[in-house]
Order: sequence, then C-alpha cells, then structure tokens
Amino acid sequence: MRQSNLYIILFAGALTLVSAGLLSLASEGLKERQQANIALEQKKNILSTVVELKDSDNIEEIYAKRVKAFVVDAEGNIKEGVELKKINLAAEYKKPVEQRLLPVYEFTSETEPGKIESVVLPVYGFGLWNDIWGFVALESDFNTIRGVKFDHKGETPGLGARIQSDDEVQKRYKGKSIYDNDKLVSVTMMKGEGNDYASDAHKVDGMSGATLTAKGVNNMLVDYFNSYDKYIKKNSK
Amino acid sequence: MSTEVAEVEVKKSEPLFSKRNKKLISNPLDIDNPITVQVLGICSALAVTTQMKPALVMTLALSVVTISSNVLISAMRNAIPSRIRIIVQLAVVSLSVILVDQVLKAYVYEVSKQLSVFVGLIITNCIVMGRLEAFAMGNKPWPSFLDGLGNGLGYGLILMVVAFFREFLGSGAIFGFKVFEAIGLHYQGNGLMLLPAGACVVVGVVIWVQRSLNGYREH
Repeated sequence: MRQSNLYIILFAGALTLVSAGLLSLASEGLKERQQANIALEQKKNILSTVVELKDSDNIEEIYAKRVKAFVVDAEGNIKEGVELKKINLAAEYKKPVEQRLLPVYEFTSETEPGKIESVVLPVYGFGLWNDIWGFVALESDFNTIRGVKFDHKGETPGLGARIQSDDEVQKRYKGKSIYDNDKLVSVTMMKGEGNDYASDAHKVDGMSGATLTAKGVNNMLVDYFNSYDKYIKKNSK
Repeated sequence: MSTEVAEVEVKKSEPLFSKRNKKLISNPLDIDNPITVQVLGICSALAVTTQMKPALVMTLALSVVTISSNVLISAMRNAIPSRIRIIVQLAVVSLSVILVDQVLKAYVYEVSKQLSVFVGLIITNCIVMGRLEAFAMGNKPWPSFLDGLGNGLGYGLILMVVAFFREFLGSGAIFGFKVFEAIGLHYQGNGLMLLPAGACVVVGVVIWVQRSLNGYREH
C-alpha cells in the first residue's frame, strides 16, 4: 500500500499543499514587520552617505528631522501627488530617461532648518551578475560628492561585492566632482587597484579583480546623473 | 555519517528523561559531536563565526530546524513512502528553514543580513539530513526531539567556542564588547582570525583538543 504509485502521488501532493499553505501564511503574517525593517534600512543608508552614524543614533528621529523627500521628473520639476513609497526603482530604471520618476532626498542643516546641506540621489544599475543600486550624496553645490553607499544583489563576494562591503571603496568617491564647468562627466572607477587619483576630480581607484562590476557602477552613475541633470542644473544656480 | 545508526526503541513506561534519552542530548555535545567527530556542517562553522552574536543566532536557527524537522519526520515516519523519503525530508527541512528565515528577517533584520545566505544553506547542512535519515526515520517523536536538540547544541557549542576565539583574537571583543579597551589596553586585532583561514585553524585545534580528551580515533 505504502509503495503504490497512487499513494506516493497523493502523499507528495498533500505535503506540497500543507507546506505551501504554511509558507504563505508566514509570509503574509510577517510582511509588515519585514517591510518596516527594509524601510529603516533604507533610511539608514541614506543618512550614512551624509553623516557618520553611531549605533546609538535614532535613525527615525534624525531622518524625520533632517531629510525632506520628494519626487522629480526628468525635466527637474517636482511631481506632486506621487507617493515616494510606491516608487519602485528597479522598474523606473528600465524606463527611458525622460519617463523616469526620480526620488530626491534633501538633507537639511541641523541648526537652520530649510537650509539644504546636501542632496541624496538614489542610483540603480546592473553590475556583473545582477542589479546594483545605491545612494549618492552631493554637497550643496550640487557637484561635489559627499558620500556614496552602494549595494548589490549578486556581485562576487570579496571582489565586486566590495562596492558594498568595503567602506574604503565607497570613501574613494568622497570629494570627487561630477561636473566640469557645466558639462556632466560623472566619476569613473578605473581599472587596476593601488593607483593614486587624488588629483583627478573625475576618477577613482579601481577594484582589483572586479573591473566589470566597476564598469557597471560607472554606467549606473552616468545614467542616473544624466537623469538628474536637469534637476541639478535648476537648483545649483 | 553517524556511527550510532540508532535503533533506540523507547518503551511506553520509559521516563521522559531516562538514561538513554539523556544520552541523546549529551552524546552530540561530546563523543558524537556533529562538527568535531562526525565532521559535518563545517562550511557554516567557518563562515558565521567571525563574531559571537551571529554564531549564536545561527545556533538557534539550526537547533530550531533540526528539532522541528526531526519531530515532523518522526511523526510522519510510518506514512512516508520509502521511495520518496529523501525528497520528503528535504521538503520538511526547507519548510522549517524558510520559516526560520522569515522570522529572522522580521525580528532581527541586521543579524539576518549578516547570516544572509547561510540560513538558506541550512537546507543542505549535512547535520540536518543526517539526523533525519539516521535517527528520526526510526524513532518516536520525543527521542527525535531530544536528538535534534542535542545535535543543534553540539553544533552550537563548537560554533560558540570557535566564534569566541575568533572575535576575541580578531577584534579583541566578546559579543561586540571591546574587552581590551575596557581595561585600558590597546589591542591590535589579528586579521587572520577574521578570515575563513583563521576559522580553519581554530576548528582544527578544537578537533585536536577534543579528540585527545575523549580518545576518539578514526578507523
């Protein structure tokens, strides 16, 4: 009886149904908490591009007090009525530049509310194996990079994954400029590691063994600085 | 795999913590340790032991998985068609692992990010499948529960010992608490301990010490 094909099929079917039921129950039940965690993580990432965060810092409080978020279109005009939370960067990234909805996070001064200290722009692209994304913070001149925070889905650990895991790699972008006068040149991560690009405002040292991930990062930056170009030009004057 | 492919038939009158049942917990901690004696689950022992906190969470996660899948499989053992028993075991293990992963994501997000892929890889952890096949398929739920608990703890014990040395020597801290700074000494962390190679060394030493203590020899 226990060896008959019918019994085996029924047993497998029942097991599948029960497991699937339990899994969807867990997924639905825990969704809210998981999304709250992801939202907090995002706020933390945004803040970490502009300030050094300590473990004791209350992320929610600092974010609520100092970050003003809104959405612009490719023309640089503020889009009213678009809910920032509903914007899916992975989907926006696939659209042509003119149609993209672009979130902007303004970081205001602690002492003078209303004075913009920095502006944080999300970026999204494709690395060597899968999607990469991050935040780039520009100083109030809308040109100098104040900090970056990258993340990735499947870059090689120890090589391309260093864009996320190695703080030193992310610090290389600090102080670089994305414009040369009025011309957008972006910042390029070079091939090879250990070279000094301190004097060049548009180049940063590369990651050994991860040239293709670096290329992905470069493309991502150019692509998104282009998208934000009009917004930046409108506000930098 | 396990040397004691156990046919422990527990009689109805047997007390919950009989001598035999106690052994189910104590053996994996010492003479039948999954990591140091059976040499199973090494990969995660190397990967998640740079700090004690993730090691502790990994211990809990693996214990929950071994216990729940052991009990489930043991409860179903008379209904499982033997021709598909491995796939049934796999399904049950995956089910518990995904549930654990979801709970971690919801309640300890930071830690779950640190453990990242290793929670998912519990599915392929030899300890879990090994216990199901060697023990739960032939024993009642209660002994299987104890066996799962014992093996989870045995795995965790080694994990914590390795993590202690790696965090202490590597970053001069215990559970993130900087010991040397607290007593006013400067400590330059040993970078080797933070790399997987450091774990290999520590695991090797632990295996050596334990085997010379309990006299276990490979045959």
